[in-house]
Amino acid sequence: MENAQSIERAKKIEKALLPILMVAGLFTIFVTIGIIFILSRETWQFFKMVPVLDFLFGVKWEPLMEPKSFGVLPLISGTLLISVGAGLLAIPAGIMIGIFLTEYAPSNIRRIVKPILEILAGIPTIVYGFFALTFVTPFLKTFMPDIEVFNALSGAIVVGIMILPMVASLVDDALLAIPQGLKHGAYALGATPSEVVLGVVIPACFGRIMAAFILAISRAIGETMAVTLAAGSNPQLTFNPLHSIQTMTSYIVQVALGDTPAGGVEYLTSYAVAFLLFCMTFSLNWIGHRIMQKGSK
Amino acid sequence: MRSHFFEIISIAAISCMAFSNASSANTQSISLDGSSTVFPITEAVAEEFRTQHGKIKVNIGVSGTGGGFKKFVAKEIDICNASRPIKSSEAEAAKKNNVTYTELPVAYDGLTVVVNSKNTWANTLTVEELKKIWGPESKIKTWSDLRKDWPNRPIKFYGPGTDSGTFDYFTEAINGKSGASRSDYVKSEDDNTLVTGVAGELDAMGYFGFSYFQANSKTLKALSIDNGKGAVAPSLETITNGTYAPLSRPLFIYVNAEALKRAEVKTFLEFFLKEAGRLVPEAGYIALEKKKYEDALARLKTMK
Amino acid sequence: MKARKRREIIFQLLCACITIVGIILLFVLLYHVVLEGWKFLTPHFFTDFQSRFPVKSGMKAGIYGSLWMISITAITAIPLGIASAIFLEEYAPKNGFWKMVELNISNLAGVPSIVYGLLGLSLFVRALGFGQSVLSGALTMALLVLPVIIVSARESIRAVPLSLREAAFALGAAKYQVLFGQILPVAIPGILTGIILALGRAFGEAAPLIIVGALSYVSFVPENVNSEFTVMPIQIYNWSGRPQEEFHQLAATGIIVLLLILLSLNLAAIILRDHYQKRFRL
Repeated sequence: MENAQSIERAKKIEKALLPILMVAGLFTIFVTIGIIFILSRETWQFFKMVPVLDFLFGVKWEPLMEPKSFGVLPLISGTLLISVGAGLLAIPAGIMIGIFLTEYAPSNIRRIVKPILEILAGIPTIVYGFFALTFVTPFLKTFMPDIEVFNALSGAIVVGIMILPMVASLVDDALLAIPQGLKHGAYALGATPSEVVLGVVIPACFGRIMAAFILAISRAIGETMAVTLAAGSNPQLTFNPLHSIQTMTSYIVQVALGDTPAGGVEYLTSYAVAFLLFCMTFSLNWIGHRIMQKGSK
Repeated sequence: MRSHFFEIISIAAISCMAFSNASSANTQSISLDGSSTVFPITEAVAEEFRTQHGKIKVNIGVSGTGGGFKKFVAKEIDICNASRPIKSSEAEAAKKNNVTYTELPVAYDGLTVVVNSKNTWANTLTVEELKKIWGPESKIKTWSDLRKDWPNRPIKFYGPGTDSGTFDYFTEAINGKSGASRSDYVKSEDDNTLVTGVAGELDAMGYFGFSYFQANSKTLKALSIDNGKGAVAPSLETITNGTYAPLSRPLFIYVNAEALKRAEVKTFLEFFLKEAGRLVPEAGYIALEKKKYEDALARLKTMK
Repeated sequence: MKARKRREIIFQLLCACITIVGIILLFVLLYHVVLEGWKFLTPHFFTDFQSRFPVKSGMKAGIYGSLWMISITAITAIPLGIASAIFLEEYAPKNGFWKMVELNISNLAGVPSIVYGLLGLSLFVRALGFGQSVLSGALTMALLVLPVIIVSARESIRAVPLSLREAAFALGAAKYQVLFGQILPVAIPGILTGIILALGRAFGEAAPLIIVGALSYVSFVPENVNSEFTVMPIQIYNWSGRPQEEFHQLAATGIIVLLLILLSLNLAAIILRDHYQKRFRL
């Protein structure tokens, strides 16, 4: 049994501890502020050298060779090609796997499949890049001889595999959160399981499922090593997945590998592109998480 | 409760550890950076060097000749690998920053223009044709644009980026001005990427140092270059006797004079020059005449 | 009715098939990697540095570099993450500001790792002057994994049954005594799992470390926190980039080692979790 003295002492320790804990709690805010500050400061420098409109709407990305051109659209198209492609693969598949796990899988199968999905999610991106380069591209070449050595399709496929577990798991969570009463009512009316799922449950948690897609696409946009290895370093404004392209993330790595010293316009381009990347993923994440937060009430 | 204090203490300990011992005076290290072309040579030397002087840490970056010089001028590296001589603007910048250096030629290279090994139609190109293909105003898009009887398929171009000494040298030798080039090609400072690209693509064409062709001769085909005196293929003989022109060139390393004062750097360079005759050909390039290495070694020994 | 039944069966089959495809993909990937990398998986792979001769190449620099980096990351991020989770879950008032902090953490978890790399470059390498050292790399990774640790720690704390808290308070304990004496021990399995997942992620990252300056050609192991370094994923990346078949096989070997380490980390997590769950079975 505690006595009054030890409770007093405990309260004193608690008072001393509190500021430390609060600093810890606030730390993440500082991280976000840090990211925004650093990215915008360098981007500001960049826009002193290159007009904003040229950057945002230019169609040629040639920051190093004369005649220099700083239109970021090729990089954006590369990023979209990969992430939308990955989404087209992962989202339908993810929904179906999520439904399978929730509605159809007996619990022993579920116990096997879920860990397998987690393993897929835990494999580092570099492994997927290697897989794309040494397996997927040669495989595709056997029936698509026009495909280039570095191409967007391989990148999209492996990024799709990468985000698949995420989509499946989020869909699974969303479906499980639906109150049983809703499902039982539908069954009572004579609906088959697929009709219940597709007609009743999914519309009920549609918001959360949308959020899942948004978060998955955001993850695909931020993917770096897999696309750098697989899709190449050829910024061009194209929507043909058989070509080599360059994503925003690959470009930043390319500049870093070349290791340009601070200050030059080359160095600044990587920050400007990173800032754009950050804005895109941050807004997508914000929207996605807000929907989730609202949905969980 | 106790574990919490333990955590605080360990953080403090690590921080102390981190901020103390910033001295790299104990650890002998040499930093190199620069040309991807020269990299195979310095990699071979560094590896052999390690077997005899394991304590000395050597690290080598591959930022391209231009990138390497930027760091060299900023005193960030000791030695710059260069596949072209230092530019006057770079020399100026070095002077401004109080960087004095020594230029050491280490090998000859025959810059090789390659196509895919399954390319059956292209075997030689004239220098004028090269200029037509790679010049800044180039209108060549398909093979048939160049020669009527070649396939009517688009050429996929691969080449070094603007930080590459190979890029500078090629554009100067072929297009007349360093940096003047068509811009719609896949660029990389890493020649390995270019090899992968050309080796994987039937309609590809690229250019890089001879060593990279040598190491991948099964998947690549080197084109013979005709500069008016007949088509010459790059090889040990033609590069040494200069008939493979205008794409034969010397490769250099530039050494920071301050760095030279450090014992480990001197040891490394002495080893380099002594073993170059053996390691340069192994790396896929052409060694200089023995005397040139001996002269450089003598020059090195006189610098104190 | 028949038509609906048929649709039902088709749909079920479709879902099952897609799931099977997903599982098959995993095995194809692992099989391909093992097939490619088996050849070079010898003891000397762990003790040799990289070489221009594939046969002589090893991953020593990357293995040591990764271990150094992950240790410093763990020491930095774990206390910070747990402290942060404790505060946010137990002490922070439930108002709009702190809800925003919560949202912010979830967002940070989704920021591309390469952006953390640029943050680390500006902050640790340049502003704080740590240079291109394993310290800079590790601190950058600590920032990267912090949100993940916080989120999973919070969930673990939240999962502790209310009855436990209320009993402790009923006995007259102060808040922090309840916290450290009762709640945290029960939450530890979940927290540990989260930490291990986060560290596993940090282990496999390459892009942010490239930006912070981890080197490509490294033939030494880190001597202190200020050493230059490389990590396993970057070595794998370099080998993948070389056109010769044998370097691709080396890359696969490196991947095998990387995956084995990650697998052991995850197994450790599961074992630890089970152990603590048994100890604190309610």
